[in-house]
Amino acid sequence: MLIKKPDDIKSSEITDKQIYLSRRDFMSTTSRSLGVLAAGMAVPSLLLGSHEAEASTAAKFSGLRKSPLSTSDTLTPYKDVTSYNNFYEFGTDKYSPAQLASTLNPRPWTIKVEGEIKHAKTYDIDALIKLAPLEERIYRLRCVEGWSMVIPWVGFSLNELIKQVEPNGNAKFIEFTTLHDPKQMPGQRSGVLDWPYVESLRLDEAMHPLSILAVGLYGEVMPNQNGAPVRLVTPWKYGFKNAKSIVKIRFTSSPTASSWMKANSREYGFFANVNPEVDHPRWSQARERRIGEFLKRETLMFNGYADQVAQLYSGMDLKKFY
Amino acid sequence: MKYFTQFKAALFLASLIPLARLLWYGYSGQLGANPIEFITRSLGTWTLVFLLITLSLTPLRHLSGWSWWIRLRRMTGLYVFFYASLHFLTYIWLDQFFDLHAIYKDVIKRPYITVGFTAFILLLPLAITSTNKIMKRLGGKRWQLLHRLVYIIAIFAVIHYWWLVKKDITQPVIYAAILAILLGYRISISLKGSLTK
Repeated sequence: MLIKKPDDIKSSEITDKQIYLSRRDFMSTTSRSLGVLAAGMAVPSLLLGSHEAEASTAAKFSGLRKSPLSTSDTLTPYKDVTSYNNFYEFGTDKYSPAQLASTLNPRPWTIKVEGEIKHAKTYDIDALIKLAPLEERIYRLRCVEGWSMVIPWVGFSLNELIKQVEPNGNAKFIEFTTLHDPKQMPGQRSGVLDWPYVESLRLDEAMHPLSILAVGLYGEVMPNQNGAPVRLVTPWKYGFKNAKSIVKIRFTSSPTASSWMKANSREYGFFANVNPEVDHPRWSQARERRIGEFLKRETLMFNGYADQVAQLYSGMDLKKFY
Repeated sequence: MKYFTQFKAALFLASLIPLARLLWYGYSGQLGANPIEFITRSLGTWTLVFLLITLSLTPLRHLSGWSWWIRLRRMTGLYVFFYASLHFLTYIWLDQFFDLHAIYKDVIKRPYITVGFTAFILLLPLAITSTNKIMKRLGGKRWQLLHRLVYIIAIFAVIHYWWLVKKDITQPVIYAAILAILLGYRISISLKGSLTK
């Protein structure tokens, strides 16, 4: 498979977190002073100058490889990435996962890999992390609700795992299951979705170099509210495709109906590829608000990854296969 | 009521707290990762709250026998208009940044925006006809008929909220239930024919 590199990589432009955060600090202080001077007129800068650096105590990964698949878009601040989350297992409000996810215990943790493969196996999370060299992958994340972020994930290509377990001829799809434990995940006490959370990819989508299993972000171990200890990231799809806190990966011959498809199949389809031309039945997908920016920006086809992934869907009517 | 003027003044000031809170959050950086969403939702919520407060005054008068409740109605009603206007302004300014084409498309294509926009438009004549002078000019009967639009506005406002929620409809259901009680009370009273006396 020929994979084109994105034309926007400039790994030299990737900013170190410390410098990045101190820059935010500066901007925050400045915009607040400006706000005092020009209270009424400075609304946008006031709105955007609200992110403060927060010292993190999380364990760090060392020796991360840079990736040519990373984008050079400006990173979304760490604080926003870790406080504004859709993770219904910890409540439907976007601020509640950061407050409630401390009940999740990501160690010990095992991931069962099974189904249409030659080597079914249960991986301990610490063994899984060592399955392949960890890379930093800076990806855009576009939520189906119309907002987006740029997140420096830590992880490795999902294909590394797929190669190791060797799918057999029947394997056409791959299904991801999130932990189901209402004691650790209080949101599961409500029936807002059909638990456990299940998502599914076509095997060729899963094998695509952009698809990763992420075990961290910003060089740190994955915060609970972002899907610790391991989650899926497929940057050309809407965020909800990316199953979090995965306990089972199953290879199947037919596609699995995901939790969101079961919740509302007219609004959430199997593919869920980012597409500005196919609207959500209730709202437009043409534009998005990048967290930290004031004006909305145009949403890009396949979230800007069209060069790499469009060939996966050649000949398909994307209005029908949404 | 002996201290009615003081009570009304206190209520007037208290009704500004939701706005003051937003301004303070903006200044102190507590609006979260998506400040525009936070502001829009907060102003929308308070519009609904003031709508329900306004619709509670008639039942309160009826149940308590105190007629002064009704003398708060114009003020709370105008606060509905105040917060609805700020909510609308946030949408066209901060959210869409005066992109008239996008706004037009939203209004005609997105049912939740269509009903919300309609509710706001219906609110305009009520705000305009809220002064004593215009009330007199219209005449009590016609004025009252016009202001019954508030029932439709309230229903549209709750539908507007219900349709924008992705999956968890707990909150809209609460507002719908309260509205159903307030409207149901009126229906049952008018069936008994005692509300208009």
